[in-house]
Amino acid sequence: MAELVRPAAEWELQTVIAKLAAQKMPAEIVGHGALRNAGRPSAAEIVISTASLRGVTLYEPTELVMSARAGTPLLEIEAELASRGQMLPFEPVDLAPTTGAPAGALSIGGVFATNMSGSRRIATGSARDHLLGVRGVNGRAELFKSGGRVMKNVTGLDVARGLTGSWGTLAVLTELTFKVVPLPESMLTLVYRNLPDDLAIEALTTAMGTPFEVTGAVHLPKGAAVRLRHPKLKALGQSLTLLRLENFIASIAYRKDKLIDALKVFGTPLEFGSEDTWAIWNELRQLSVMPYATETSLWRISTVPTKAPEIVAAIKKFMPAEAFYDWSGGLIWLEVPAAADAGASDVRRAVAVRGGHATLIRAAPEVRAIVDVFEPMKPEVERLTRGMKAAFDPLGLLNRGRMYANL
Amino acid sequence: MTSLRLPDPDQAVISRRAAIIEDIARLIGRDALIADEDGRRAFETDALTAYRRVPLLVVLPRTTEDVSKVLRYCHDNGLKVIPRGAGTSLCGGALPAEDAIVLCVSKMNRILDVDYANRCARVESGITNLAISARVSGNGFFYAPDPSSQLACTLAGNLAMNSGGAHCLKYGVTTNNVLGVRMVLIDGTVVDIGGAHLDAPGYDLLSYVIGSEGQLGVITEATVRILRAAEGARPMLVGFGSPESAGACVSGIIGAGIVPVAIEYMDKPAIEVCEAFAPAGYPLDVEALLIIEVEGSDTEIGVLLNRIAEIASAYQPKSMVISTDPDHSARIWAGRKAAFGAVGRISDYYCMDGTIPLGQLPHVLTRIGEICSGYGLKVANIFHAGDGNLHPLILYNANSPEEAEKAELAGADILRLCVEVGGCLTGEHGVGIEKRDLMTVQFSPTDLAVQMRIKTVFDPGWLLNPAKVFPLDVSAAHTDQRAAAAPRAA
Repeated sequence: MAELVRPAAEWELQTVIAKLAAQKMPAEIVGHGALRNAGRPSAAEIVISTASLRGVTLYEPTELVMSARAGTPLLEIEAELASRGQMLPFEPVDLAPTTGAPAGALSIGGVFATNMSGSRRIATGSARDHLLGVRGVNGRAELFKSGGRVMKNVTGLDVARGLTGSWGTLAVLTELTFKVVPLPESMLTLVYRNLPDDLAIEALTTAMGTPFEVTGAVHLPKGAAVRLRHPKLKALGQSLTLLRLENFIASIAYRKDKLIDALKVFGTPLEFGSEDTWAIWNELRQLSVMPYATETSLWRISTVPTKAPEIVAAIKKFMPAEAFYDWSGGLIWLEVPAAADAGASDVRRAVAVRGGHATLIRAAPEVRAIVDVFEPMKPEVERLTRGMKAAFDPLGLLNRGRMYANL
Repeated sequence: MTSLRLPDPDQAVISRRAAIIEDIARLIGRDALIADEDGRRAFETDALTAYRRVPLLVVLPRTTEDVSKVLRYCHDNGLKVIPRGAGTSLCGGALPAEDAIVLCVSKMNRILDVDYANRCARVESGITNLAISARVSGNGFFYAPDPSSQLACTLAGNLAMNSGGAHCLKYGVTTNNVLGVRMVLIDGTVVDIGGAHLDAPGYDLLSYVIGSEGQLGVITEATVRILRAAEGARPMLVGFGSPESAGACVSGIIGAGIVPVAIEYMDKPAIEVCEAFAPAGYPLDVEALLIIEVEGSDTEIGVLLNRIAEIASAYQPKSMVISTDPDHSARIWAGRKAAFGAVGRISDYYCMDGTIPLGQLPHVLTRIGEICSGYGLKVANIFHAGDGNLHPLILYNANSPEEAEKAELAGADILRLCVEVGGCLTGEHGVGIEKRDLMTVQFSPTDLAVQMRIKTVFDPGWLLNPAKVFPLDVSAAHTDQRAAAAPRAA
């Protein structure tokens, strides 16, 4: 059993890392454990948790900015924002339910460390895009800051943003400052039925090319659609293609009609109001259609929307697969049968020839230990990546091997 | 305005000039070089014109391969390189050095691919900002970042400085609108970072590269997001008797859940100068003016502007005018966009670029006034109020070295003030040489060391855009490694 350390202050974290450095002893970095079943498994004997670094430290609703310590649960942050009629613009995805980790455990540090952004990413940007500043401790036990609390800041290198998606391998984040936005006054979901994948993606990309500010564009082939919890959608038993509008009441009424008209060749959609819309998109960001199961593995594929149906079709030639298309097709969550390599060689080949990259999200730990979880790097990118790791964490103490073996 | 220290040029390099020109001509052709003194003099400065240095040589590559050959040569021969776009930097980001080669990407200005279905375009970095939008506007699309210099500035420069613009309140800055780049490292290695998809795998190297002010490599191509433009847009003008009311009104609008596409602020001196230059119907009897723009269909715009007018009326506006037609809207924006030129007509000015938390606005404006009058100088304030990005224009006489020095000192005091109230030194113009020595006000030695180690990963010999961004004394330890890192041929 690994030893758990829970520093409650930045200086304490520095002391812990300095001790590890002296002993050259690597540590696993966690929040509340929501991400421990994702990424490559850690072999470290020490676990540093940011769970005690907790609480919102700054919230200025009229400046659209919030700061929180890294271990603050996402749920707590979203509740605080909702109480002032605001939200996170990028709709973070919680990997915990689909990977069998404890629900509700995702911390704000984990949100930015993985940069897992949900459906609204296509309209308003990703977690990375809304990060304004960080404080953290690197593998040299140095406390540093980057960015700040203001909306526009180009002072020096953008280290804060650069740390997003680094899975705790460069620094232990202690505090994050990010941009927030007002909750929409009204929401609406249009649901098109029975479209095959390629037509569905055409509908979604057409919608994204209109001026009506679609904030969610997903396609659920029948296999995924019947897994929805939302009773009315589940009962349809068909493939479903969803578009979301979020705006002022007057705008929604106008834009809905314009959008339906622009997409009339794709059929007549069902319409769902604010309450249903909230429920539907909330379960999608919990990946409800890709539930935890040991018999399957889950891939996350990032590509350009128009290539998505081809990629899925190509993979299906080699194995059965269930897809959930988000980001108008630019993001594919793909469930495949559990196998010794989780289908990696076929998945990666299908993606490589069409452009994009694939990340293995769910698989047994022994599979994630031997298969490349993240897209293998080209030599010149690997050189820079290794350089970055050495710059922040020369002894390789922080989350060693969580992203790439030997790094 | 010349108080900043620049390193002494390396005479050994200067004495090898003729041989260097021959070598590079052999690599990429003589017609890609500007070697004569008059030609080189055209590149001696950027938009921070107080500083001038004639470069050793100017090269104008046409392909990524050309850039790679030149950089590899410079790497192998320990030559410094100043990457340059259109030279519109306000912070001396493209200032040459006598012993350095200017590598200007302006001839690489093609659009390589436009993909409307996937909402992206692949372009060469020397293209101007506006040319991207011009190419896609026929299909109703645009490239969002809109710096005031967009007619002239290149995407390469926008990438280097992470440029913003008036409309980034809604659409974000450069880093939010770029998906991938092709970049050449100092040793000539060509690296593709990101792509056309919405997130890059592995470390977010793109974040480090965008806004790195030419410190990490030379970007030759980029894949940028293009967005479908709104059906329409219309501004309104709201005048106030005090900066406090204007600031409170901005908070009131955002607090009510409305994020307009732009909120611009002008103070009385700026309003007067702009109105005299390009009559836009700005009220002359107010202390502060907001230009607030919203987007959508005609009906939507009407609803939103009325709602904003209702909110604004709680803050004792002295005047409120909603644009009546496209021509009126164009005049309102023409006044704002011509602001720097208009001020330049009455005086030389020094443009600052700090960002502050919005709540500090009244305090900061008062202090800016006090700081400038303390030096016996006048100031006009024009800025992006929605995101707290200030552009105080300090007026001075450039023919008087004393006034120039005072302007520079006042500017530094203003930037210190921005940091003091929780803001930063630069919101969108960059550090360059101008704010280099103020970096220690915002960052601890550790913060800077973290950044400089990243620079060293990409450019071990510190040959790219030297003497910028990092204070010379702070970076000395890193640059001293140069001799060891970069082997010299001669």
